[in-house]
Amino acid sequence: MIAIFRKELNVFFSSLIGYIAITIFLVANGLFAWVFPDTNILDDGYATLDSFFNFAPWILMFLIPAITMRSFAEEKNSGTLEFITTRPITDMQIIFGKYFAALALVIFAILPTVLYYFTVSALASPAGNVDTGGIIGSYIGLILLGATFVAIALFTSCITNNQIVAFITGMFACFFFYLAFDSLSLIPMFVGSADAYFNAISINRHYQNISKGYIDLRDVIYFMSMITIFVLMTKTALGARKW
Amino acid sequence: MSVIVDQLTKVYGEQTAVNHISFAINAGEIVGFLGPNGAGKSTTMKMLTCFIPQTSGKASVCGFDTEKNSIDVRRNTGYLPEHNPLYPEMYVKEYLEFAARLNGMKNADKRIEDMIGMTGLTLERRKKIGQLSKGYRQRVGLAQAMLHDPKVLIMDEPTSGLDPNQLTEVRNLIKHIGKEKTVILSTHIMQEVQAICSRVIIINKGNLVADDSVEGLQRMEKGTTLVQVEFKETADVKLLQQIPGVRSVKGDNHLMIEYAGDGDIREILFRFAVENKYTLLNMHIEKQTLENVFQDLTK
Repeated sequence: MIAIFRKELNVFFSSLIGYIAITIFLVANGLFAWVFPDTNILDDGYATLDSFFNFAPWILMFLIPAITMRSFAEEKNSGTLEFITTRPITDMQIIFGKYFAALALVIFAILPTVLYYFTVSALASPAGNVDTGGIIGSYIGLILLGATFVAIALFTSCITNNQIVAFITGMFACFFFYLAFDSLSLIPMFVGSADAYFNAISINRHYQNISKGYIDLRDVIYFMSMITIFVLMTKTALGARKW
Repeated sequence: MSVIVDQLTKVYGEQTAVNHISFAINAGEIVGFLGPNGAGKSTTMKMLTCFIPQTSGKASVCGFDTEKNSIDVRRNTGYLPEHNPLYPEMYVKEYLEFAARLNGMKNADKRIEDMIGMTGLTLERRKKIGQLSKGYRQRVGLAQAMLHDPKVLIMDEPTSGLDPNQLTEVRNLIKHIGKEKTVILSTHIMQEVQAICSRVIIINKGNLVADDSVEGLQRMEKGTTLVQVEFKETADVKLLQQIPGVRSVKGDNHLMIEYAGDGDIREILFRFAVENKYTLLNMHIEKQTLENVFQDLTK
């Protein structure tokens, strides 16, 4: 697993993918959180990072499928999958190596935004009067959300040998699980009947819960289950060569 | 027996790619795996290296079953897949380090240096694989396959794209390795088989059609001789055909004569030339070429 993990990270940082992903994440979030008039924290008047945490999932929705699209699709296309799968490592080790490498890159991208916390804290009146617990919760929520997106996008990369297909389906799947179920629950037909189930599988709902700073075991279990399901689906897709 | 294949079969949908083939290979053998394109060579190799499972039958490498002890099989096998897939964005050394880690090797630096030297990559070691010419990429693939000193080496067309000098070098390398290890290689070049293989397995449309030594395959049908003759004048083919025992006469200047009668055909031909006032320029007994054997078996 370590071999694959190191190789993937090397690829990210030797081919600019890593730097571009981190830069775009930080620039886009920086603009929305501090510069653009409608969303910036300064004009908002409250010492919170809510606008950052509301906007970050949307960027991750694009960025994560872009990071993971080549993971399996390229190895399949170039035939190198045959090389790594005939070496003495299990399919699961390959998947986890790639999974954790992509997750590490996402965490590298999120990490510098901790600076926002100190900025808001300094600007608060009196200084330091911020909801630290809520922000820590939000970060945990954002990382769990990122981890789920990575699992989803890694799966879509494994079902095709075309990177573009992997990217588009990955982005759509992330969007669908993030928000579509949330919105479906609002359709009058489902209100009172299926809406509770739709809410239960919506990433956004659980993300919002954790962002309040109250870490409910149910939400954590939800994210872990989503990750497990998509990792297992990836394993099935990778094993499809044997059918 | 380091490689045992028993009634191995692979069916894709309705197409049978490999049909109940069986063979066993000892350590120290270099086996040439021949067959026309699409005969099932690569499929067999993919099954032996645990990339795809068989539909039925059994295969084992170094005593490990390819389905039940897949990891052990892979640990003992070096594999150069068809088309030699590599990561073009990696440096030669970086790639070999990655391969070493995948094989679970620790402190592999010395071994990597040895392999780079052995495959003649010393000058190219700091280049990206994408910048290398085809021959050098092939060497990188070979270095990867032999890196962990596997007991069994499986190579799918290892010499494609090499220039004549590299060909000789790579063949010598394979020959050298084949002294201690089991080598299975597929190729379309018959001279290569003659140069390095101790044994030939030919498959056609998924069926095993020959499994013999190179000499065994070349042995002519008993009692017939093939002679190549060259006359200065244009010889009358009809007259040649009238010689008792001559089965067929082919060609125009260089005549190929197949003879199944008694005595030495060369004496008869010499006398024939004198009688008919032909000038005999050249004459020698031909061995059945491996190309002919191959074509006959895979028609």
